[in-house]
Amino acid sequence: MHWVEFLKPLSLGAWVTIQLTVYSTILGAVMAFTSGIGKLSPNWLIKGISVIYIEVFRGTSLLVQLFWLYFALPIAGDWIGVDLRLPPVMAGVLALGLNIGAYGAEVVRGAIQAVSRSQYEAARALNFTPRQALWRIALPQAIPEMMPSFSNLAVQNLKDTALASLISLSDLAFKAEQLRNFYQNSETIYTIILFMYFGMALVLTVIMRALEHSVSRWRRVRK
Amino acid sequence: MLFGYHWDTAHGEWAFALSILPMLLRGLLVTLEASVVGFFVAMVLGLILAVLKGARSRIVSWPATFITEFIRDTPLLVQLFFLYYVLPDYGIILPAFLTGALALGIQYSAYTSEVYRAGIEAVEPGQHEAAKALDIPPRRTFTHIVLPQAVPRVIPALGNYLVSIMKDVPVLSVVTVLEMLNVAKIIGDQTFDYLVPLSMVGGLYLILTLVASAIVRFVDVSLPKRGLPLR
Repeated sequence: MHWVEFLKPLSLGAWVTIQLTVYSTILGAVMAFTSGIGKLSPNWLIKGISVIYIEVFRGTSLLVQLFWLYFALPIAGDWIGVDLRLPPVMAGVLALGLNIGAYGAEVVRGAIQAVSRSQYEAARALNFTPRQALWRIALPQAIPEMMPSFSNLAVQNLKDTALASLISLSDLAFKAEQLRNFYQNSETIYTIILFMYFGMALVLTVIMRALEHSVSRWRRVRK
Repeated sequence: MLFGYHWDTAHGEWAFALSILPMLLRGLLVTLEASVVGFFVAMVLGLILAVLKGARSRIVSWPATFITEFIRDTPLLVQLFFLYYVLPDYGIILPAFLTGALALGIQYSAYTSEVYRAGIEAVEPGQHEAAKALDIPPRRTFTHIVLPQAVPRVIPALGNYLVSIMKDVPVLSVVTVLEMLNVAKIIGDQTFDYLVPLSMVGGLYLILTLVASAIVRFVDVSLPKRGLPLR
């Protein structure tokens, strides 16, 4: 079979990979900001929950988290009498998003803490509430600093979506495995999908760079 | 039954958990072995890539840069499948464990090469100038003056990748390596109870990474800093 004929079924898988990446990156970004800011909260309960979330998801393996959500959570649901069976897409997006969110949280925390103290003092002197100081002073300065790390994490997340094929999600890696089983043409198929992942990563990097450009617009005004 | 141990499903969850612990610890040992072998490959291969990327000739440095980017932007799982299914076509037949460790090493060599490169670039320019003044040939300057100063400095940064490698070892279960997650999965398949073994793997991982990170931090603070203008 000519290699071009593999492209059509593989691009179907690539589409699933793209969707998985987009949804889990969005979930990851939400989790990163809530728990990264939560870790700096003066409220011990919010801080505690954030720290536990970050440590658990950074301290264990993504594949373990994925299998836990897919295989173990339904049993835990049985114990308490709730149906917690997740469809593979849900389990995949949840595990990927929660995992990358925990890594992102440390980036968010680091960038917020790197905003100079005098900025907070000035905000306070101008009678900003702590919330206003966070949203209007700290975050606009911190977000551009986060972007290079976020870009790396987004690519990391794209690569991690391949693991979702192990809970029978028909993404690019899964389709490749199917085709390989059928045609026994592993070298061609895997070479193609390696380049497809590489291409998607390059596109993602470009998108993230554009995003970085757009969140740091205000900096150019000052110069 | 696994590794000659029996699981106890008759006396409640705690007895079950206790009975499968030895099996999971056997898996943990494999996880550690794979991490160490993979880390070793990543250290060696990363250094080679770093040296090639820093080469003055573009015929050498560009391909090395491309290879690093390519490795870094493609999933470990796919690289592993590639090695596992394609290497035998070329007559290279490795046991699953070695294929897995090799894949881990290759994936992480892309990351470690960047660390090495940062270390090499951080060596003071004065060192190069002094070597030139003493008429030491460039190759010898690199191997005897730059590298001995660069490598010790980057060891803590490399150590962080050891922890990351540990967390990627479960991927090796897809090529039948009996590491901790695979053991838990098999126990789950046979006893229909995934919750206890998978949760235990999560707990063991948490302990493992906390201990490993503590060791890396200890190495970082206890490395001799004298004579090394660190950071």
